[in-house]
Amino acid sequence: MFKRLDNSAHNRVNVTINGQPVQVPEGETVAAAVLTHGLPYTRTTPESGAPRAPFCLMGVCFECLMVIDGKANQRACMTQVREGMHIECQQGVGEPLP
Amino acid sequence: MKQHYRLAVIGAGPAGLAAATTAAEQGVEVAVFDEQAAPGGQIYRAMESIPQHRARQLGDEYQRGRELVSAFRASGAKYFPETQVWSLNARREIGLLQQGQARAVTADQILIASGAIERPVPFPGWTLPGVMNAGAGQILFKAHGIVPDDGVVLAGSGPLLLLLAWQYLHAGVGVKALLDVTPMMNHLYALPRLPRALLAGHYLTKGLRYKRDLKRAGISTLHNVRGLRAQGKETLQAVSFLHNGREQSLETAALLVHFGVIPHAQLSRVAGCRHVWDDSQLCWQPHLDEWGRTSIDGILIAGDGGGIGGARTAEHSGRVAAFQALYALGALDRTARQRLARIDRKWMREESHIRPFLEAFFRISDDMLQVADDDTLVCRCEEVSAGQIRTAVADGHRDSNQVKFLTRCGMGLCQGRQCGEAVSHIVAAASGQAIQDIGHYRERPPVNPLTLGQLAGLHSEQTE
Repeated sequence: MFKRLDNSAHNRVNVTINGQPVQVPEGETVAAAVLTHGLPYTRTTPESGAPRAPFCLMGVCFECLMVIDGKANQRACMTQVREGMHIECQQGVGEPLP
Repeated sequence: MKQHYRLAVIGAGPAGLAAATTAAEQGVEVAVFDEQAAPGGQIYRAMESIPQHRARQLGDEYQRGRELVSAFRASGAKYFPETQVWSLNARREIGLLQQGQARAVTADQILIASGAIERPVPFPGWTLPGVMNAGAGQILFKAHGIVPDDGVVLAGSGPLLLLLAWQYLHAGVGVKALLDVTPMMNHLYALPRLPRALLAGHYLTKGLRYKRDLKRAGISTLHNVRGLRAQGKETLQAVSFLHNGREQSLETAALLVHFGVIPHAQLSRVAGCRHVWDDSQLCWQPHLDEWGRTSIDGILIAGDGGGIGGARTAEHSGRVAAFQALYALGALDRTARQRLARIDRKWMREESHIRPFLEAFFRISDDMLQVADDDTLVCRCEEVSAGQIRTAVADGHRDSNQVKFLTRCGMGLCQGRQCGEAVSHIVAAASGQAIQDIGHYRERPPVNPLTLGQLAGLHSEQTE
């Protein structure tokens, strides 16, 4: 759905997205990393279980909540990727998606 | 970080940067708290790290921010990035969260420079993955050089939508269509405001240039679009709409929407500042005097957080508020405050000429603002539909807070940031009252999430 215009001159860090190892540019937000990774959605809602994905990317809508390094309800758009980070889609109020 | 500052500035966009720089240059100790990792706010985001060629693709308005950011860096203002404000009150206590550690600081003067958010306008399917704010698309572009795949559809109304389409054009992104939902009748209402807008004609020229470039590039722009609808099972598959009385549909995996911007007023609300409804800008605004003073002593607001004026106005109003803060701190006398503010005031007047025209021209239709479709979710967090809100009103709940208590609308994680304005519109229309009487949700701290452990850590840190 989204792509990087320039894939060359970045320092990269190693993260996992739903268990899959991925290299992403240093300084990128988790939201940017998962959007370019092509995940169809990043969480399901606690109420109806509907799929959701990042929406505002500036910290106000709370749609991009993910489980980051085992901690649930982290705003992916307000978190920068770090070497060794584990990023998982979130189910409802805070379990990783199976 | 100290426990007390003479001046605290919240936000490092144009207003906050200009204010902090001004105060620091006058020798006053100032602390700037900002949730982003680098200065610039959303408008000048990634200013210090963006590659030259990408900055050029964004246009000259973006590049203006460079000077502002470097002056701020050189000013000696204390800068605390990646720091979230979760509380603010009339005693001028600020609750902060920095690297998982909660802190409380006080200040003699506090300037809120929290900027704007995109106006959330609920429409059928807007919660589907694949639908995103146009501003979000712009953030991806500025901060990370990330763009949507070819075939993206842009929809909504307002200058930013046009700008983003133009920026995508220059970045080589294939925009499938630009769907303009601005009602045709707006042209008529905006016309009397045109002569004054011509005084700031460069904005109009720029807008027309963007339109011309898009047209030349063959990007399909449909005007007077109604009945916007995002469709798909788990994710977005198509956008449907009414154009010239005909139902149309475009297949796409990405829809970027924009319906103008409104003040991000969470902090002024939680502090208890008085707010008023502005019918031209269609939003709640903190009530400010000509110096940016709120109804609470020692709390000021500058920039779009105090009413939408754009990035340049934000910069000037930041300086004006800084002069006021310096005056209140005894660092400037009354005459100096007056004299120093004169130039910024002049620029603010120049900038203000365009606003009434833009507000009338890009005014969103009542149909959209009042969320005509009953099944559309208004509260994305708690999944409350427009129909449920109207039922609550029919059952006798006649203001935003009553509707919130009954339906949980606005009680989710975003704390009403995404549904507050829409609920005001829906309740006013359904109950036949003026929006001013409906009110907005009452906000309570924390306005940004923190854990009980972090809160407890605040106490132990303060008593040690």
